Amino acid sequence: MLKDITLGQYYQADSVVHKLDPRVKLVGTIAYIVTLFMFRNLTIYLIALAFLVFTIRLSKVPVSFIVRGLKAIVILLIITALFNLFLTPGEPIVSFWRFSLTYEGIAAAFYLAIRLIFLIIGSSLMTLTTTPNQLTDGLESLMKPLNKIKVPVHEISMMMSIALRFIPILMEETDKIMKAQMARCADFESGNIIKKVKALIPLLVPLFVSSFRRANDLAMAMEARCYQGGEGRTKMKPLKYQKTDYLAYLFLLVYLIVAIVLGKFFPLHILQV
Amino acid sequence: MKVYIRHFLQKKGWKLIDMSMIKTKKLTFEYIHRDEEGNVEGITKAVDGVDLDIKEGDFIAILGHNGSGKSTLAKHMNAILSPSEGTIYVAGMDTRDEKNIWDIRKNAGMVFQNPDNQIIGQVVEEDVGFGPENMGVPTKEIWQRVEESLKAVGMYAYRKHSPNKLSGGQKQRVSIAGVLAMHPKCIVLDEPTAMLDPQGRKEVIRAVRALNEVENITVILITHYMEEVVYADKVFVMDKGQIRMEGTPKEIFSQVDELQKLRLTVPQVTLLAEECRKAGMPFSKGILTTKEFMEELQCLLS
Repeated sequence: MLKDITLGQYYQADSVVHKLDPRVKLVGTIAYIVTLFMFRNLTIYLIALAFLVFTIRLSKVPVSFIVRGLKAIVILLIITALFNLFLTPGEPIVSFWRFSLTYEGIAAAFYLAIRLIFLIIGSSLMTLTTTPNQLTDGLESLMKPLNKIKVPVHEISMMMSIALRFIPILMEETDKIMKAQMARCADFESGNIIKKVKALIPLLVPLFVSSFRRANDLAMAMEARCYQGGEGRTKMKPLKYQKTDYLAYLFLLVYLIVAIVLGKFFPLHILQV
Repeated sequence: MKVYIRHFLQKKGWKLIDMSMIKTKKLTFEYIHRDEEGNVEGITKAVDGVDLDIKEGDFIAILGHNGSGKSTLAKHMNAILSPSEGTIYVAGMDTRDEKNIWDIRKNAGMVFQNPDNQIIGQVVEEDVGFGPENMGVPTKEIWQRVEESLKAVGMYAYRKHSPNKLSGGQKQRVSIAGVLAMHPKCIVLDEPTAMLDPQGRKEVIRAVRALNEVENITVILITHYMEEVVYADKVFVMDKGQIRMEGTPKEIFSQVDELQKLRLTVPQVTLLAEECRKAGMPFSKGILTTKEFMEELQCLLS
């Protein structure tokens, strides 16, 4: 039952985007998000849309797959849009009781919805084309300068990758404990929410105990294999920029410049607000 | 001093005969129990005055039931535990000296019981590369070592797989490959088969034997399955932290009564032969395999 849950929905495909260095994709995603929040006009979103369509095409990830990622935020999207629609002060179009629909509200809701949707699509495109492993490697390498201010970058990325490795194991373990408790008449399904949460306690306690034991074992196994932290460590798969990575950086730079220049000097507005 | 000279000569590339891989002198390890205020409640000697001498290239088995101190002894061989009293030398280095710890761990690899709790990588090949990465081996050589080690345990075809999808025996073989990639002189296996099914046990033992015979790596196998001991050069039987019996598998298994006193079960063939012998049939002592039994039986019948 619990085995179906996957983290980081990687979509296997053979494309340029998949082969890009994870650092390029991380930097690209950040740059893309920055452009989304930089200006508040239509031009920037048209450019962002063009950028998205282009990269999605390149990545060979089916659009339906990406759109599925939006399902998770539909409710959030509707609520925030409603709030923005009716609670933004301005020139009212229709009003009832205390709420009024304003032009400003429509504009605010529209921009917010677009920003959120673009944000989710863009970042899920990154997780769809990058394995969790590559992501942690990329993050470690990008955050390396933080080492100078005593941020334990290597340790953080090590913890991340170990956590990823142990998710399926702990899932299996949870399943096992659940079945063992159910065999002794534990009830996880009926009752109201408080009852359900209470029923989880006999599940969580053994799970915690066993994960501590696992952590202890793992630490011993790592030490037995000469693990002494990040210093003096070599990499089996070191990150190396290829020609396409430099091209991608160039492309990103062009995108940034175009977005900034057009967004700043040729703004298109909806409803003239 | 002698040890250091030997070590020095060995570093220069001399092949020394009869070199001690692991040597213990009166090795003792105490677990101290404390109550809530930290007062000493009692002391358990998990290992009690053990003298061992393991030569390079040997296949050693250490037998014992649960709580006999065999795992504690194993952890000393990798410098995970440090002795309370006595000394242990691994490849000529004293484990109590902090400076030696990493050299000892390079020389004596360790495989643990639970395969899930010792695989670090998310892909088989990455896990095997973990040890060499820690040792600072150059990238190109890491790949060579990973390939060699995976081939040595017959897991090369699975190099791109996720460890979660492998069977217990396969996971344990990956763990062995992970140790092998560090090019140790000696591998200590702490009940590597305890959590496996019979098929997985066979796979692992076959891989271990191949390492000993082909690569001439010293193997110290800690187990409570008697069948796995049959191929060892020498067997030590532990009880209550002490070594009670030592000898070749044949010598050990010819003392069926003694073994049963130490709460160990002998292989079924050995037991059968022993029962037959007691009933008056002239079987020789210490029969270990079905093949031996059949040969003797055929001799008797003809």
